[in-house]
Amino acid sequence: MNAQNNSADHTSGRLSTWAAAMVIARRDFTAILFSRSFFFFLLGPLFPVIVGMAAGSVGHKFESNIAQVRLGVAMNAGDAKALLSAQDRLEPKLGAAAPDMVAVGRTGSADADNPAKLLNEQHGNVAAIVSGTLSHPVLTGTADQIDAWQGPVSLIAAEAKNGGPKDFPSVTLSAIATSNASDRQDRAHTAQAGQMLLFLLTMMLAGMVLSNLVEEKANKIIEVLAAAIPMEAVFYGKLFAMLAVSFVGISVWGTLFGGLAIAGGHSLGDFATPAIGWPSFIGLGIAYFAMAYLLLGSVFLTIGSMATTVREVQTLSMPVSMSQLMVFFFATYATAVPGSTLSTVAEVVPFSSPFAMLSRAAQDSSITPHLLAIGWQMVWVAVFVHFGSGLFRSRVMKSGPQGRKMKKAKKGALQAA
Amino acid sequence: MRHTMKMELGEWQAAGNAHAPEHTGIPLAIEARGLVKSFDGFTAVDGVDLSVPEGVIYGVLGPNGAGKTTTLRMLLGIIEPDAGYRRILGSEHPHKVAHRIGYLPEERGLYPAMKAYEAIAYVGALRGLPLDLGRKRGRELLEEHGLGYAADRQIRQLSKGMAQQVQLLATLVHEPRLVIFDEPFSGLDALNQGKLEKMMRALAERGTTVIFSTHVIAHAERLCDSVAIIAGGKVPFAGPVDVARDRIRAQVRLETRARDGLWRGAIPADARHERKADGSAFWLFPLPESGVEPLLRALIEGEAGILSLSIERAGLHDAFVAIAGEAAARALEDTPEEIRR
Repeated sequence: MNAQNNSADHTSGRLSTWAAAMVIARRDFTAILFSRSFFFFLLGPLFPVIVGMAAGSVGHKFESNIAQVRLGVAMNAGDAKALLSAQDRLEPKLGAAAPDMVAVGRTGSADADNPAKLLNEQHGNVAAIVSGTLSHPVLTGTADQIDAWQGPVSLIAAEAKNGGPKDFPSVTLSAIATSNASDRQDRAHTAQAGQMLLFLLTMMLAGMVLSNLVEEKANKIIEVLAAAIPMEAVFYGKLFAMLAVSFVGISVWGTLFGGLAIAGGHSLGDFATPAIGWPSFIGLGIAYFAMAYLLLGSVFLTIGSMATTVREVQTLSMPVSMSQLMVFFFATYATAVPGSTLSTVAEVVPFSSPFAMLSRAAQDSSITPHLLAIGWQMVWVAVFVHFGSGLFRSRVMKSGPQGRKMKKAKKGALQAA
Repeated sequence: MRHTMKMELGEWQAAGNAHAPEHTGIPLAIEARGLVKSFDGFTAVDGVDLSVPEGVIYGVLGPNGAGKTTTLRMLLGIIEPDAGYRRILGSEHPHKVAHRIGYLPEERGLYPAMKAYEAIAYVGALRGLPLDLGRKRGRELLEEHGLGYAADRQIRQLSKGMAQQVQLLATLVHEPRLVIFDEPFSGLDALNQGKLEKMMRALAERGTTVIFSTHVIAHAERLCDSVAIIAGGKVPFAGPVDVARDRIRAQVRLETRARDGLWRGAIPADARHERKADGSAFWLFPLPESGVEPLLRALIEGEAGILSLSIERAGLHDAFVAIAGEAAARALEDTPEEIRR
């Protein structure tokens, strides 16, 4: 073995847990990045976007058809003509409050004398019937429709009968950028948007670590790893690799969707500036995503490591997703009441802490609580990884046949002897 | 004495253990005392003691399910013992000396998408060997063992035997001082078994300690300086192969011209006896504890007419069957009724 003889000048050295984790992370990261499935992983978010756009387009079409509500006019010819002319005149001033009117019958006809029957027979979007005379218009329709239209109908009828008000004073408009109340509300919206984005990314990516150790177990390489480096290093390595993969995904999606948003004339200015400022908010968003990912990932990795097959992992994914949803709802609910005990609890509980703290960053400008929170979250990542790897070693790394099989093997061996 | 928690060496000795580590002057690659491991209430390893000197080939023998793999895993730190003490290459923490240890598990496996030389380098990297150096050595090792043509092939493209050889080379790429093989011969054809035996001898000649587990005694008999026999989670024997053989008394095969005489008193009463057609007699019996000299004297003085006499020493296989059988029988007696059922 020449290789062994001629290399005495360069021997291997003991790896620290961190260095060992990096060996695992580097292998996992490159293995995932250069796999064909990574391309589909990158395409993943496009599918909900495409489905969303298609559904939105259909919904918009449907809504626009439904939304064009009309009022049918069933009066004598003169009144109907005067009413329709008045509607035309007032429409520029009333805007959306002006109903779209159409003549549907004339007084004296059997139909017009029975507006309810006439309404039922109408096709299209006639939602109510105006009958009677200009002096005494009768509005027939469902309660919500007549509630909505009685004012405009009265005004249009007055305009048709008397020419209506002759003088419309001009209103001077004075818009201000924001108010205190509006500011708080807008920042709350920014906080919610940040939380939602954080949740979606974590939801989409953290579940991936569930199946992470199945590969090692299926390929039977887990024992080689466990003999060479501490199991904590294996766990950390896998978590960091998946975190790095998720950052690659987020960079690609961020560039793509950010580019599309800018092309569409949108910018961060569409949202209220967070109390802590955009650069810090984005930086904290990245940090909290990493922490949320590592916290959930360390637990998911442990749960997934107990599974022996992909099928088991799939079975586990549903309760895991539900638990993620619960954490998100808790954090969202708690941060809706800033300064309350509940919001403090949400900031302290490790799983909800990243979500709650990101919301806080949008509404409070102090930075120190964030540094404390990130430190606190890191401690919990270490606790979960330590506990998870210990559990893995004691539950999974049993040798030979286990449980009943082990008893059988023992019995067989004894009998053979 | 059953210990219910792990102990450091000092604590172990302070506890007055009868099996405190021996100090023979030969540095030990491995010393373990009273290792215990249970899974779900079942004791897989029950007080194992091992002392493996540096630079030897050491066999861990035992029937299937005896506790060999669990013992090796405890020595390597893959699992922690419930009780007992272990020291490997001078450290009580196996991962601290992992860069000086090579391990081939019974269940072989590498990442299928990795190229052969990369797989070797990766296992080396896990043991602290820089990746670039691992890649270089990986190619060299493959070339040296006639697998150079497969260096750039993915593991999934190799035959099972070739993949096993790649993993074997990966075990050695970082030049470990101690190599532990768990059932290394299983799955190998006769040709590759011979190659592996040769490789083990070469490692030992360079001063590397080689430990391997097997249930095929012939390999141990050919290779090992010393063995430990594990049965029922215990070690009923640990020591040199010759001493193991000596646990079974040698058999005397004797052919005499005479059938009877005063010399008959020197032959055990329960000896196998056969009369031949030509009037001679054949005898088979265990060598008396007094040795062969008094027997010979009695035969000569009694004019038995010795036609042939040979003493056949027991093989390791016989010793293993006898020792493991006894231990297993004892373990069976200790086994709770519900497990026996």
